[in-house]
Amino acid sequence: MEMLLYLIPVSLFLGGLGLAAFVWSLRANQYDDPEGDGQRVLGTDWDDKPKP
Amino acid sequence: MAMVETPSLSACPACVALPATEMLAQRRLRAAQAGVMLSLPTAKDATSISQVERALVAVPGVISARVNLTLKRVTVATLPEVTADTLIGALAQAGYPALELDPGLLSTTESDRRGRDLLMRLGVAGFSMMNIMLLSVAVWSGAEAATRDLFHWISALIALPTLAFAGQPFFASALASIKARKMGMDVPISLALILSSAISLFETIKGGEHAYFDAAVSLCFFLLVGRYLDYRSRAAARSAAEELAALEVPRAMRLLDGVETQVPVAEIAAGDLVLVRAGGRMPVDGIVTNGASEVDRSLLTGETLPVWVGKGSVISAGEVNLTGPLTVRVTAAGKDSSLHRMADLVAVAESAKNRYASLADRMARRYSPVVHLLALSSFVGWMIRSGGDVRLAVNVAAAVLIITCPCALALAVPAVVTSASGKLFRRGLLIKNGTALERLAEVDTVVFDKTGTLTLGDLAPSNLEQFNPADLAVVAALAAGSSHPLSRSLAEALRALAQPPAAVSGLSERAGYGVEGHWSGQVVRLGRAAWVGAKTGAKTATFLKIGDQPARALSFVDRPRPGAVGVVAALKAQGMTVRLLSGDAEGPVAALAQTLGITAWRSEVLPAEKAAEVAALTAAGARVLMVGDGLNDTVALAAAHVSISPASALDAARVASDIVLLGQDLSPIADAKRIAVQARRRIKQNFALSLGYNLVAVPLALMGLATPLIAALAMSTSSITVSLNALRLK
Repeated sequence: MEMLLYLIPVSLFLGGLGLAAFVWSLRANQYDDPEGDGQRVLGTDWDDKPKP
Repeated sequence: MAMVETPSLSACPACVALPATEMLAQRRLRAAQAGVMLSLPTAKDATSISQVERALVAVPGVISARVNLTLKRVTVATLPEVTADTLIGALAQAGYPALELDPGLLSTTESDRRGRDLLMRLGVAGFSMMNIMLLSVAVWSGAEAATRDLFHWISALIALPTLAFAGQPFFASALASIKARKMGMDVPISLALILSSAISLFETIKGGEHAYFDAAVSLCFFLLVGRYLDYRSRAAARSAAEELAALEVPRAMRLLDGVETQVPVAEIAAGDLVLVRAGGRMPVDGIVTNGASEVDRSLLTGETLPVWVGKGSVISAGEVNLTGPLTVRVTAAGKDSSLHRMADLVAVAESAKNRYASLADRMARRYSPVVHLLALSSFVGWMIRSGGDVRLAVNVAAAVLIITCPCALALAVPAVVTSASGKLFRRGLLIKNGTALERLAEVDTVVFDKTGTLTLGDLAPSNLEQFNPADLAVVAALAAGSSHPLSRSLAEALRALAQPPAAVSGLSERAGYGVEGHWSGQVVRLGRAAWVGAKTGAKTATFLKIGDQPARALSFVDRPRPGAVGVVAALKAQGMTVRLLSGDAEGPVAALAQTLGITAWRSEVLPAEKAAEVAALTAAGARVLMVGDGLNDTVALAAAHVSISPASALDAARVASDIVLLGQDLSPIADAKRIAVQARRRIKQNFALSLGYNLVAVPLALMGLATPLIAALAMSTSSITVSLNALRLK
């Protein structure tokens, strides 16, 4: 049962990591256009050089 | 139940106090900063993204363009001198029909702080719910003594800050409704959240068996899901009356003893003389005393053709003077002008519409007292039965509150509306109002406007093939010399036929009559019948006269919108009464009514009469769907039970309507009606489902048999069933 003393903080920390990632993605406008972002990967416009 | 407090115009006293013109000016300013937003109904994949963005960036003055495929929109940052029309033209050449969207009209997900705020709270609540649920599984499966207490303590540590943060929307709205002495669903929700976490904390301190942290947090989570979906289906509330006010011309040119001075319209009184230049909008109602011209009344009356005006003609504010300068004796200005009176009518109709009580409102009104009553009576009942055991009684009351608190009810409407709006959006309809679908489902009469709604609103020449190329070359040259709508249409049609213009010299436009020039030593004229010595026919036409030859008519037809025939037939098949009300003349209206198979039609209807007709139908017990696009329809759009306007419509009309048709095709309207009826059925099923769960769980809670496990099960299964039921929409 002493294992719990380690496991619970570890699981909370990992969950917190997920929450932090969610907050970051929300702040970085990642939910504005999910469909378009998926399609943009397939475009050939900036294949040879990055978009300026 | 998240959707109880519908924000009304009067909810914000400062907004009402702020002059409408000032608000509009502020909005314009914001729009300029945000750039131009265009709707792209046909964009679908990576290719369209790159084609659209490339086409736009190629336009001089465009800084950047970004397509949002989820919302089928493109946001363009431009220098101030670039107009939306230029961008729309560039996109049309690239093969993408686009329509301008007013950024203030739609709730946009980007730069939308409230939506993001709700999403953040939702994320936090979701995170906490998962963690607490994991800990609770251990408790449910039999953790005892110290282990159980430890798990309760950790749950409390997660749940209390989460509830304090994520529950704020409910607490704030509950506080507001208590202050307003109303009983919304947010009051029992807040009560349940606070009471259950307080009693759970107390139990945890005492080392008790039951803690409801998981139930409280998951209740909060599901309610936030409902609130977020509901928020997304609701566009920013705006007033069409304000949009109409923006059409008023702020300044007029007053003629006093032969001297022209520019004065604000407010200073103009009846009896003054006002000069209106060609291309200007009439600032006042009045009678023409000098000059001849043509005026475009299409905004006000729906007439397709410009009307000739001369000395003695009556004109009204809002009409556009097309060809020559006019001197007008003012009969009414400012607040008394016909445009202002129309804005007043719209304001009245809008405030009546804001009183509509949605299914969710009605449900909440009936349900919320029951929740309080049940919780209170269980508390009193258990106090008596247990002989004054407060701890037990509060425990039972909290369980009753948690179980009756309607998270499935809160999801019942938003889940269905979101699913239905998504379906309709893919078909090209934008739902602007959360209750529009419910209202659409109740409709039994459909009233159509003609010009711009059932027809495309632009006239196309219909008999060019009767003319030889030499004549057409003259027509092309003459038509290019005028900005009259018929001339423009002719010029465009001839360009499409690749007809080069003839060498016509000395082109001059005669205001109100037509265009004249010289060609091969002869006088050539293109204009109205009387001017070239021809008889006026039944059809819309302009006349060509070359030298001494008799004048010949070039006739025009307005094309029906694609899908118009189909939508009328489909609506009739659904048992709807279809009517046509048009401000246009009898001939074209009768012809169109016959083509479309509409038997109930009226022509030459004034804007106020349209609204009166809608009101009369409503009074006779009909629920009216109004489909219209012009200023003349705005009052009727606002007065109807529910209204649809095409995206090409006037701003005010689009604002007044509940649903905007994004493409040119009318056929989605029939789909919308079908889906709305289906959506209403799903909403009612959802109510029944969630009440069914309560019917089983509430007696258990009242008997004091409810454990946190039962609460969690009832809550999650009912929420999931309701959401799945919403997804069944086809």
